[in-house]
Amino acid sequence: MSILFVLIPLSLALVIFAGWGFFWAVNAGQFDDLESPGWDALRDDPPPEDKSRDG
Amino acid sequence: MNDCFHCGEPLRGSTLTARVEERDEPVCCSGCQAVAELIAGTGLGDFYRYRDGASVRPNNDTQSDKWRVYADPQFAAQFTRTTNQQTSVTLLIEGLRCSACSWLIDQVLRRHAGVRDVSVNAATGRASISWDGTKLDLAEIMRSIAQLGYVPHPATDETVTRALREERRDSLKRLAVAGFGMMQVMMFAVAVYSAELANEIMEPRLLSYFRMVSLLVATPVMFYAGAPILLSAWNSLRSRSIGMDVPVSIALMLAYGASVWNTFSSAGGEVYFDSVTMFIFFLTLGRFVQMSVRQHTAGVTDALARQLPSVAHRIGANGSEDVPVTSLCVGDVIQVRRGEVLPADGRLLEGDAQIDEAMLTGESLPVHRRVGDRVVAGTINVDGPISIDITALGRDTALSHIVSLMQRAQTYKPALARNADSAAARFLGYVLIGAGLTCAAWLAIDPSQAFAATLAVLVVACPCAFAIAMPAALASATASLGRHGILLTDPDALESLAKVDHIVFDKTGTLTRGELRISRCLSLTDLTEQQCLHIAALLEQASEHPLARAFAPYSDGGTVEDLQTVAGRGVQGRIDGRLYRIGTPEFVAELRQEPHRHPPQHLTGSVIMLGDEQQALAWFELTDSMRSAAPLAVSQLRSLQIESRILSGDGPEAVQAVARRCGIGEHFARCTAQQKLTHVLDLQKQGKRVGVIGDGVNDAPVLGAADVSIAMGRGAALAHASAGLVLVNDNLAALPEAVLLARRTLRIAKQNLLWAAIYNLGSIPLAALGFIPPWLAALGMSLSSIAVMLNSTRLLPRSARRNTPPPIIASAQPRETTA
Repeated sequence: MSILFVLIPLSLALVIFAGWGFFWAVNAGQFDDLESPGWDALRDDPPPEDKSRDG
Repeated sequence: MNDCFHCGEPLRGSTLTARVEERDEPVCCSGCQAVAELIAGTGLGDFYRYRDGASVRPNNDTQSDKWRVYADPQFAAQFTRTTNQQTSVTLLIEGLRCSACSWLIDQVLRRHAGVRDVSVNAATGRASISWDGTKLDLAEIMRSIAQLGYVPHPATDETVTRALREERRDSLKRLAVAGFGMMQVMMFAVAVYSAELANEIMEPRLLSYFRMVSLLVATPVMFYAGAPILLSAWNSLRSRSIGMDVPVSIALMLAYGASVWNTFSSAGGEVYFDSVTMFIFFLTLGRFVQMSVRQHTAGVTDALARQLPSVAHRIGANGSEDVPVTSLCVGDVIQVRRGEVLPADGRLLEGDAQIDEAMLTGESLPVHRRVGDRVVAGTINVDGPISIDITALGRDTALSHIVSLMQRAQTYKPALARNADSAAARFLGYVLIGAGLTCAAWLAIDPSQAFAATLAVLVVACPCAFAIAMPAALASATASLGRHGILLTDPDALESLAKVDHIVFDKTGTLTRGELRISRCLSLTDLTEQQCLHIAALLEQASEHPLARAFAPYSDGGTVEDLQTVAGRGVQGRIDGRLYRIGTPEFVAELRQEPHRHPPQHLTGSVIMLGDEQQALAWFELTDSMRSAAPLAVSQLRSLQIESRILSGDGPEAVQAVARRCGIGEHFARCTAQQKLTHVLDLQKQGKRVGVIGDGVNDAPVLGAADVSIAMGRGAALAHASAGLVLVNDNLAALPEAVLLARRTLRIAKQNLLWAAIYNLGSIPLAALGFIPPWLAALGMSLSSIAVMLNSTRLLPRSARRNTPPPIIASAQPRETTA
């Protein structure tokens, strides 16, 4: 069972890392707007400039 | 296809079309046509497929470019931050309703060469833009947004926005810490409990190791995630009252303190870190849900700032100059051009003016003001330029007084909330007494059990089921209301809405659209009605007067010469060589030099006349068109045992006409904001529960005093700020649905509370008798909260649980907005 003395601190280190990551994400504004970024996926590349749209 | 493709308003005879994605779509005005073609023409036609609701109708702004002042670097510097060639600004965007809107703005701005970064937040209605200051100026950016039909304002409430954002980030972090911590501690606890269940003796060294680790994890949960709970309990103790958080905090402190003690003492009593962390997590979750619901109002926090312009034209020694409103002082003379909002209260200096005071009084027609008359901030000058002598600014204006009236009115409100609070305080008092009795009894019988039993009572008496019973039901109901196009801004509003038995409607903008429409055209000669309308539309095309806008759909091109506008009277112009006048009967009669005629009796509403040099040609009757859903909504409300009445600032005839068509018996005309407030307070004194629905600034005080207040989505921002519910699409038909849903929510919340109560009442005696070991308490706690959660999901809209096909926006009816 002495492996627990290694594994548990390791898991705690992971939790701290995950918590730090989450804090970083929150502070960087990743959670400020959960709706609009979803629309970014719909963004097309701008259409070719010279091509006329009515065909 | 009777509604405009772009803005969703009725077409009213317009034959204009816009070419969008290879199809001709009907639009209501040239403004909508321009915007729709601009959007489609730049390859952004996808917007129409993904938006949640109809868009804002653009203002047909014929006035000179009002964004020009923002091109002045010194003026723009008030709103922007500049670092190394990069300038950034936060703009409040009026009319930003859904994610597709923010996508559109983002796309259009990114097409500018100098723009570096754009982020548009649909939830708060704000856009942050940074760009290369050498290539572009603020005016250019604001103009691009305005071209899409939105109205940009420089955000002046940076601190409020930042505070709200910080609050949200902060509670998200606390929630995460509580969640992570709970999972970790629970993992260790399960190991210990399973050993106990299997009747194994855990190695003492391992057991104390587990306890140490649990302590390590539980400490940040307790003092970081739990800080708001502990602080709020401390504050309520300091003000000598028992809040919800007091017993919770006592239990948390006791449990945590005892666990720390037992971890280090050699006696090896129980530890409760699992209960502590789980408890904190569920409490934090409940708070987070409530905060999210509340923050939906963030977009309207600076309602006042949005109503008043930030630029004024001051008339000084060197003529007119554009200055920020903040630098004006009493006694300055300013010019207000046609279509602009008055930035301050003042006296009219020269010329007569037509002032649209709808925001203040609800009067749908502009009011005629003469030299020396008082005009107030927030109203709109609809005719030629006027100059005013400033008498009051900022906090001293009439508009500010209405705001403070509204804030005072809100203190009338909390009757229901007070009851709930006092009931909770009594219950919590009993819990504390019960815990004290348990402790005393066990000390007398078996002192070694006293602590565990007391703690069990405290923990079990405030379980998470209780804590989340209301928030869970509310969160589901909020989602469901969003599907119906209703935004819940105040969680308490739902509870009140379920109990409402009177609904007071405002007329202008609520039961009616707040826009004039030609309801009747009476030709007096052999001209057809169509011909009369065409002549009238040609004459009125250049006028900004609201009456004139009603003629816009009938315009079909043609030229008019010698166009003259006479303020407050009418318009004169020459078409095909013939001189015509349209306006008041007196004005039209003067042209042919004969006494004016009185309009026929059966014409109600606003009546204007068309005539030429020989004869009177036609009468036009203009009325505010009623919302088609109004009569249905009123009759459905009646079937829900809710009485309707109208309180309006408008004249008696107009009010009576609307009341008759909606089937509302009780109606009161010419009410001031103060009278409306008194009326509602009187109703409340009779024991009625009153809901108020309105849209104008003048409705704000009465909205604040009502048991539940509902604002129209397109109404004044200030009305939103004081309302508990907002009808996003102005769809009155959603109102009965909302009442039904509110009643169902309350029923489900009651079931939740009942279930929590049964669980508590059953478990408190058992806990007091010492029958509940920690693991059973934890399990019971989880199961009871899961039951509450599941029960609450019944309120979710059906389609949200199944897979819905993505909404495809047809042009026909206004869409719902998911809040």
